Amino acid sequence: MLDWLSDPLEFRFMRLALVEVLIMGSVAGFLGTYVVVRGLAFVGEAIAHAVFPGVVIAFLLKSNALLGGAAFGLLTALAISSLSLTRRLREDTAIGVVFAGALALGVVLISTSPGYTRNLTSFLFGDVLAVTPTDIYLSLLVGGGALLIALALRRALMLAAFDREMALALGLPVFWLDTLLLVLITLTIVISLQAVGNVLVLAMFVTPAATARLLVDDIGRMMALSALLGATAGVAGLYISWYSDLAAGGTIVLTATSFFLVALLFAPSGGLLPRLIRDRRLPA
Amino acid sequence: MRLGDRLALAEIDCEIGAGAFVGLLGPNGSGKSTLLRAVLGLLPFAAGRVEVFGRPPGQARDLFSYLPQRQHLGLDLPIRAADAVMMGRLRHAGWLRSPSREDRELVAWALEQVGLADRRNAPLRELSFGQQQRLLFARALVQQGELILLDEPMTGVDSQTQDLFVELLSGLHAAGRTIVMATHDLNMAACVCDSLLILNQSLVAYGPVSETFTPAVLQQAYGAHLHFVEALPSAGHAQVLEDVHHHETETGEAPTGAGLA
Repeated sequence: MLDWLSDPLEFRFMRLALVEVLIMGSVAGFLGTYVVVRGLAFVGEAIAHAVFPGVVIAFLLKSNALLGGAAFGLLTALAISSLSLTRRLREDTAIGVVFAGALALGVVLISTSPGYTRNLTSFLFGDVLAVTPTDIYLSLLVGGGALLIALALRRALMLAAFDREMALALGLPVFWLDTLLLVLITLTIVISLQAVGNVLVLAMFVTPAATARLLVDDIGRMMALSALLGATAGVAGLYISWYSDLAAGGTIVLTATSFFLVALLFAPSGGLLPRLIRDRRLPA
Repeated sequence: MRLGDRLALAEIDCEIGAGAFVGLLGPNGSGKSTLLRAVLGLLPFAAGRVEVFGRPPGQARDLFSYLPQRQHLGLDLPIRAADAVMMGRLRHAGWLRSPSREDRELVAWALEQVGLADRRNAPLRELSFGQQQRLLFARALVQQGELILLDEPMTGVDSQTQDLFVELLSGLHAAGRTIVMATHDLNMAACVCDSLLILNQSLVAYGPVSETFTPAVLQQAYGAHLHFVEALPSAGHAQVLEDVHHHETETGEAPTGAGLA
């Protein structure tokens, strides 16, 4: 068993990948709690896709992919939080326009480069085994920073989620808190791209947090459990992909999904099976 | 005052004296919530201004307690009762610091006042409608505001909770707090408030209950569907009237003071 765990660690790229998924899984899981309780899954999806052309442009210019992605993602985050101030278009409509356009732009841009298909695959589905120490430092810095800020502001962020009027009446800068939350989510999406890629990245936010929501009813516990589930899915998925020779990003996301399914079936209070059993016991 | 393109409230010129207990009456859409939100500084004005104890609302944030209507609240969020009440202390505690022992004691006291002490760890969604309303009342209590603004606190709650609220509000009134309560329950307002502010897009009447709780004024605000009943000698008012849309028995007994800890 120990050999099974330690064998892959003889390879440097596996050690780096492991650290990367640990950081990504826990930070995305933690921030995912806000995504789930605020109903931001679609917004997150939009940001994830908006990041794409930025990453591609940075790649074509041989500049840092994180920088390019962050620039585009932040622009989108700002655009979305500003759009939510106008009421003419429904928010989901505006988001739908933005994110499909951004994804298309990324695909068109990358089709200009040689080795088009291979690059596209790694952008869309991640390439965690190609993580460099620089990537790790960046993830640690950006992810750690995002986590600390979101943790420090959790009371204000939760009040804004629970009762926006009250938050405004108490003088909280609600618009800026919302924008900050989107910025933190954007930055975490960017550092997660390397591991799971553009298409799957949102799963690392939504799935662990949704699993935690099924299991606990307290925001603090939900945050801790979601971070733990994200990190566990990252590590377990990486090992499974190593031994089964499967795509790492997809396997990590599927591991998180399997956690969710288990919770959905067996969660003590809201699970489908306990409910089914309870219903059976009820007299007809 | 405008909401979107619609003029929501016009020509409200009144001054609420410190220590008053004002019932804010008017049909749906008459601007009760709008007026409360204006006092909280949440709305832009087309013209005019609001002052709270001589200050603009933006500089009076420490001076009020607020119980909002519930339809915009995230009552499905994974928040425990005590933590939701603690949100009323956010400004006092500072939004980066953990709540102090004083804050926690205050929250425990408020939960006890509203009869939710044993439900302090319950998630919001496990609380009944009335319990959630009590929770919001507790949150307003821990804000310790001089000016207490309540937006239909009694709507939909059982008579026990309603009696509790009346008792607590009377205690706060006796302690010198200024209270403005929007409500649809005319009889209750006439019994517990000392003055009424009656709206219908603009100010219909404002003054002591004895001057404003009259068929003429109320019909001007509500139209003709009010049904007036002869006054009972014990009710202490010119008349008791009944809104045909809801029939509630009003005991009219004097509420007892609840006192502030």
